[in-house]
Amino acid sequence: MSAALRVFEHNFLVYRRSWRGSVMVSFISPLLFLTAMGIGLGSLVNRGGGGVAGLPYLDFLAPGLLATTAMQTATIEATYPIMAKVYWEKTYEGMLATPIRVRDLLAGEMLWIMARLLLVELLFFAVMLIFRIPRSLESALSIIAAVLTGLAFATPILAFSAAQKNASGFAVLQRFVIMPLFLFGGAFFPLSRLPGPLQAVAWLTPISHGVQLTRGLTVGHLDAGATETDLAVVLVYLVGGLVAATFTLRRRLVN
Amino acid sequence: MEPRPPLILARNLTKRFGDFSAVSGIDFEVAQGEAFGFLGPNGAGKTSTMRMIGCVSPVSSGTLRILGKDPATHGAQIRARIGVVPQADTLDMELTVRENLIIYGRYFDLTYTEAARRADELLEFVQLGERARDQVEPLSGGMKRRLTIARALINEPALLLLDEPTTGLDPQARHLLWDRLYRLKQGGVTLVLTTHYMDEAEQLCDRLVVMDQSRIVAVGSPRDLIDRYATKEVLELRFADGNEEGLAGRLERLGDRLEALPDRYLLYTDDGDEAHAAVVRAGFHPESTLVRRSTLEDVFLRLTGRTLVE
Repeated sequence: MSAALRVFEHNFLVYRRSWRGSVMVSFISPLLFLTAMGIGLGSLVNRGGGGVAGLPYLDFLAPGLLATTAMQTATIEATYPIMAKVYWEKTYEGMLATPIRVRDLLAGEMLWIMARLLLVELLFFAVMLIFRIPRSLESALSIIAAVLTGLAFATPILAFSAAQKNASGFAVLQRFVIMPLFLFGGAFFPLSRLPGPLQAVAWLTPISHGVQLTRGLTVGHLDAGATETDLAVVLVYLVGGLVAATFTLRRRLVN
Repeated sequence: MEPRPPLILARNLTKRFGDFSAVSGIDFEVAQGEAFGFLGPNGAGKTSTMRMIGCVSPVSSGTLRILGKDPATHGAQIRARIGVVPQADTLDMELTVRENLIIYGRYFDLTYTEAARRADELLEFVQLGERARDQVEPLSGGMKRRLTIARALINEPALLLLDEPTTGLDPQARHLLWDRLYRLKQGGVTLVLTTHYMDEAEQLCDRLVVMDQSRIVAVGSPRDLIDRYATKEVLELRFADGNEEGLAGRLERLGDRLEALPDRYLLYTDDGDEAHAAVVRAGFHPESTLVRRSTLEDVFLRLTGRTLVE
């Protein structure tokens, strides 16, 4: 465990140089999104149909974006920085010449991504508080749900990154996986509006379940049976990705 | 007195990547306090061997013991006591010179205070004290290499592995590095290095193995190898009009052995000046001649029929 903490410490040392900008972005970006889409666009939605799923559009949208923000943050953290450490700067090669093992690397990176997600989600939640969206103390649990959702993306994407020879795969991942999930994963409108087959595809991804969890927790309306399924899907991705990442990292670094 | 067990013991050590054998059943031992070299051209299997010793590349077959332990089962424990200078620097470009050392010390579980203390000491040792707070990127190649060596010493290793420590450095930077490595050896650190530079091997190594095409082709001290595989001196001859008919055959009789390189002939003999006189007496008119002592380069040429650095 202490070896994993050293890997975390390395990331922290690097992050210390750029934390101000990073924190600003994580605060301002939800502020802009919720103003433009939640309030601007939302006023039209509310006027037209009296909100979505019984909620004012701002209240519907915000927890959805809480989840997609975790997805996007996890995607960034698990792609370029990992590629740099595997390949461009060979940071891992240096680390593996010490008592640190591949599993420590992975554990350390996951701890780090978790910490990053927690920070980003806390800032996002703070913006939601400004807009008076959370309805109770339990709403704060949506932060944890969002972090889990982020990790469900981080582990399989890290597995993918460790197998890449260059960064071109990341652009494909962004455009053809993450962007569609951001738009059609249930953050902006209910999945029921999608054609049947696409609903099934959306159901198979962790984001749709993450959005359901964060939304349910924020507005204080969780559907018992569905929540267990949501959590299960998220955890399957998280653990499956962890196994895959152990494999691809080891294959790449220990040969 | 009981002889001390070898620091590294390899028996029939083999590394395969699929069908390709990078290292084919080599045997060697490295004693405590020794400076031991792997000499050979690119692709000879030096780096693969170093990576196995560094416990980052699993052994395909054969036996390897480092500090008496098996890398397959005690990798992390062995790595805790060795320092590694890889072929390409893996310094952290986003951290300062000093931070690079401190975080590396932390990987070895040093306390922050201890890591910082050693970092400052090592920066003095490699003459980078004044650059402690600078970023790594603008440092020269030689400075980066010295920083990498300092980093490899942060855990006070019993064994230091150096993979081509001075490749790509200018002569001044190389000499400074050699001096630091020599001091480490004086301080009792066992050095294992790879190189394709003969002068480096001669300067630094007590004993070395010559590797070619994944195998060891000779073992000994630099002096031993030269005595065994080369003559005392070499007469180098260049001819203006290239290869005259039968030139090689007639030259060969004037020394112990002749190597014909694309641009010159090497005539091996114990007395270069005497051979030179004989060449002139025999009516040859070389454009230029040079008498020099035999080096490991000549040993390598003899053993493999090829020069080391093309």
